[in-house]
Amino acid sequence: MRLIDVIGPVMIGPSSSHTAGAARLGGLARRIWGKPVSRVAIFLRGSFAATYKGHGTDLALVGGLAGMLPDDPRIRDSFREAKDAGICWEMKSETVDGAHPNSVRFLFSDDSGEEMEIIGSSIGGGAVVLTGIDGFSLKLSGELAAIVTFHRDEPGVVAAVGGALSKAGRNIASLNLHRQGRGGNAAMVIELDDRDIDGLEPLIKATHPAITRVLAIPGGGEN
Amino acid sequence: MWSLAEIVRSCADTGLSFPETVMARDSERSGMDPRSIREIMDSRLVDMERSVKEALSGDPRGKFVGGDAALMGAYGAGHTPLSGTFAVEASRIALAVSTYNASMGRIVAAPTAGSCGILPGMLFGFGSAYPAPRERLVEALTVAGGIGQVIARRATLAGATGGCQAECGAAAAMGASALVFLQGGSPEAISHAAALTIKSIMGLVCDPVAGLVEIPCVKRNGSLVALGAICADMALAGIRSAIPPDEVIDAMRSVGHSLPESLRETGTGGIAATPTGIRMKEALL
Ligand code: SF4
Repeated sequence: MRLIDVIGPVMIGPSSSHTAGAARLGGLARRIWGKPVSRVAIFLRGSFAATYKGHGTDLALVGGLAGMLPDDPRIRDSFREAKDAGICWEMKSETVDGAHPNSVRFLFSDDSGEEMEIIGSSIGGGAVVLTGIDGFSLKLSGELAAIVTFHRDEPGVVAAVGGALSKAGRNIASLNLHRQGRGGNAAMVIELDDRDIDGLEPLIKATHPAITRVLAIPGGGEN
Repeated sequence: MWSLAEIVRSCADTGLSFPETVMARDSERSGMDPRSIREIMDSRLVDMERSVKEALSGDPRGKFVGGDAALMGAYGAGHTPLSGTFAVEASRIALAVSTYNASMGRIVAAPTAGSCGILPGMLFGFGSAYPAPRERLVEALTVAGGIGQVIARRATLAGATGGCQAECGAAAAMGASALVFLQGGSPEAISHAAALTIKSIMGLVCDPVAGLVEIPCVKRNGSLVALGAICADMALAGIRSAIPPDEVIDAMRSVGHSLPESLRETGTGGIAATPTGIRMKEALL
């Protein structure tokens, strides 16, 4: 643990996992959705569902979805700002076998008919991990900028993407491959040292025919 | 290696101070340059000071807690407190900041949100009794962080894993070491202040009423500042933990592991499971 993580983060109370982590999850989901949030259903799981009122978990999740960082005092009144920003949300609880105790599922949609499902957990001390996007299991912390590819499991995808990134002068901080069986669907999460992700999405998409979809996700922007 | 003994040895070998050693090691491990670590630590102290100001200027309330800091303030102003003016002032600040946290105030988790009143109480309580230059306080915060890093690595700083010994207990140990540093104690005394504190909070359970960071959290903030202060005084007096500090931290880890789940942040044991605690929880729903 870095010194600045032991003395930190700076956050709106009362709970690092239920408040700061919730704001981070909302922010990370928003960055993955990648455009202004218009409609989102929020499903609370485990102790998020049990204690969200006393911890302001609902305010923090919506604040994060509206772009507030965990130390933003506007979180206390985030519902109003989110409404003003045109965000429509509903909050429900759900029980899922084997779900992490502090987790949440977001279901985004908009008028163009696009939908996206994002699942994540607050894993302690304000740290979060995203565990699913549109039915794919993966792991993403959102601290660094990241590229996520969805592709068929074929030889050469990793090399093609790695090569393209290196040509673009980007350094890979971590690379994780998540596949649903050999030759099946796969997702790759690549964290980058560089914050700049402009133009990477089309670039990566064009590197290999097996790649069906690419998400370029900006980093968190906090200390 | 993450060890207090090694930090103390490294201070002796290099002639660097305790906070300089902590800073150098953190930079080596995190890859951040020492200047930016220092800048962020400085801004953490600013944010902490701001949380104290905001907490004391209003009358923050949580779902259950509120008003304790004002009572302590009035008492401190009208009496010669038994436990000394420093302890009472540190307690007043700690109660205020931790109540402010419960009210969705903006705080510095140090090491956690539940224990966020303890370090501000000890550092700014010290600052009001013995005016210290600001860099000294940043260095003291670095000392506290260095102790916390070793606890995080050898044990844990999460109540859900290790009980409240890992949150309020760890914060008090970190603060005790910071006070020894501020009073000019040796690196050895700094490490023993932490050990003496941890021995006194060994086994402290995490048992929040209704699962909220309020009862007993706020009052633990308000009382453990004084435990940290007396352990700092013991270490400055030359008293040493018979068991080496690293071994004390390791013991805290295994005690944490043997705590049942009901005493690790689930709000189902200890104070949370008292008849009144259960009634309060039901009234909230
Ligand atoms: S009792 Fe539990 S929730 Fe409260 S401060 Fe201690 S560890 Fe945190």
